[in-house]
Amino acid sequence: MATLMTERKRSALTQNRLPKYTPYVVAGAAIVVAAALMALVGFNVFAWALLSAILFAAGNVTSSAVVEGRRKAIDKLATSLVVGSFLVALLPLVSVIWTVLVNGIPGLLTPGFLGSSMNGVTGVQDNASVTNNTPVMGGVYHALVGSVLITLWATLISVPVGLLTSIYLVEYSAGNKFSKVITFLVDVMTGIPSIVAGLFATALFALIMGPGTKTGFVAAVALSVLMIPVVVRSSEEMLKIVPNELREASYALGVRKWRTILKIVIPTAISGIASGVTLAIARVIGETAPLLVTAGFASSINTNVFAGWMASLPTFIYTQIMTPTSPSNPDPSAQRAWAAALLLILLVMALNFGARLVARIFAPKTGR
Amino acid sequence: MSKRIDVSDLHVYYGDFLAVEDVNITLDAKSVTAFIGPSGCGKSTFLRTLNRMHEVIPGARVEGKVLLDGDNLYSDGVDPVTVRSQIGMVFQRPNPFPTMSIRDNVLAGVKLNSRRISKSDADALVESSLSSANLWNEVKDRLDKPGSGLSGGQQQRLCIARAIAVSPDVILMDEPCSALDPISTLAIEDLINELKDQYTVVIVTHNMQQAARVSDKTAFFNIAGTGKPGKLIEFAETATIFNNPGEKSTEDYVSGRFG
Repeated sequence: MATLMTERKRSALTQNRLPKYTPYVVAGAAIVVAAALMALVGFNVFAWALLSAILFAAGNVTSSAVVEGRRKAIDKLATSLVVGSFLVALLPLVSVIWTVLVNGIPGLLTPGFLGSSMNGVTGVQDNASVTNNTPVMGGVYHALVGSVLITLWATLISVPVGLLTSIYLVEYSAGNKFSKVITFLVDVMTGIPSIVAGLFATALFALIMGPGTKTGFVAAVALSVLMIPVVVRSSEEMLKIVPNELREASYALGVRKWRTILKIVIPTAISGIASGVTLAIARVIGETAPLLVTAGFASSINTNVFAGWMASLPTFIYTQIMTPTSPSNPDPSAQRAWAAALLLILLVMALNFGARLVARIFAPKTGR
Repeated sequence: MSKRIDVSDLHVYYGDFLAVEDVNITLDAKSVTAFIGPSGCGKSTFLRTLNRMHEVIPGARVEGKVLLDGDNLYSDGVDPVTVRSQIGMVFQRPNPFPTMSIRDNVLAGVKLNSRRISKSDADALVESSLSSANLWNEVKDRLDKPGSGLSGGQQQRLCIARAIAVSPDVILMDEPCSALDPISTLAIEDLINELKDQYTVVIVTHNMQQAARVSDKTAFFNIAGTGKPGKLIEFAETATIFNNPGEKSTEDYVSGRFG
């Protein structure tokens, strides 16, 4: 009895299933109904989109509940919630980047913005540029130099301290009481408000150098207070995942502990450590509050972190917005502030990309 | 170079827990000694006390004597680093250094101790060590490639080459074939047979056929129950252990009637 079974036209396996085009139909209906409702109360694009989304989700879930049953309906409800939350989370990010791009690009493209400082730029020049419709004078060079130098010094302080701390915690402490206290304090340090770090550095240098000491180095110390816990935590995690077998293999060759750490453990973990450090730099380069109380403001270029006030990108943005160079015409100052903000975001983005690149370059090779 | 090991009244502790009790054993120079026994009976722990590697685990300590050609490894003032450079070790899982090339892996013991070595000496050492580990022909064209790109069996032979390169007197192997396939296992066993011409080899294994194939003498360890210390039950010529053991528990274990 070897008759061929022909395929049935309507499969018994696909009963109680909505056709594939259902979501599109529901979406179209939701958009139309929402537009009609909006026409009654006054049109508004944002409210329209929101209402359409809610109607779409409700329609999708209800139709599914009627035809497909409870399990599928709950699945669609959960999908709607997940996608909705994702969009809500994404909205501010896209909005911030869009606003900064739109407002920042004209200033960033102004000739001389990256190459000149605010030295000699006063309200007179700003008023002139507005009345004569000429390009805005002044630039961000001094602040860029200040930000880079301060962050560089903060890194020079934090990386050795943080890395050595994590080496102690992972390789030497063997989980004793002292190491638990350090770990606890590091966690507490992660949560310190940044202004407190700034006040700490100010107070420290007031004791050593006399009150009112404001230099780039004081700012670097303040930033390193914020940076050290991040470096300790990330390096600690990276050192922990180095397999113990590698340490034992090294010991079994008669290699001393400190050379094992230096030549085996750290090279194995270096990619993670380096990207952790880069992310820590990205975290502190945008700090404003501690810089306000430690480095002061400057309108001219200062490349010496040990003497004189120093500008930085965040404080530059802050001062340009809060105290425009020309009080009667704040637009040029606002343009410079937005451009500086865009520059800062680009710097942080570059650092994040740099972290990925560093991780890839240093990663142990596995090729054949 | 090859030295004998004499162990007398050795107790191994983890903190307060007695892991291995009262071992007395003599491992002859230029011979292969196998340790067999059920899991948890302390054979690996005991092996690690022979080059003071157990000290890496916090709380581990030892009472008793281990004499390497008459020098006690545990007398005051002995640097474990010196001990380990004379008694090499190969581990259960192949563990070449992932950041180093094949060549650097072989030279690791020399370079990490920052001993100076000329390029020609280094080349000679790499070739002789890899040849002794029966790996030279397979890797001679890719010495600069990472060691982690080799197959498991090749990695294990690379680890043996790395251990040989520091010219130890004794080589300890902790289940060196348990992560390998039969072909790679055969290659390692052949290698062990060649190594005993120059070195004292001690091997821990779960594979009784392997112990029978490679070893001159066999030590059987057993444990009375969980929480009890492991003990050396019997130590004799391998043929005696497998054909005519003196103890009932040894016979039960080697004939598969255990437990």
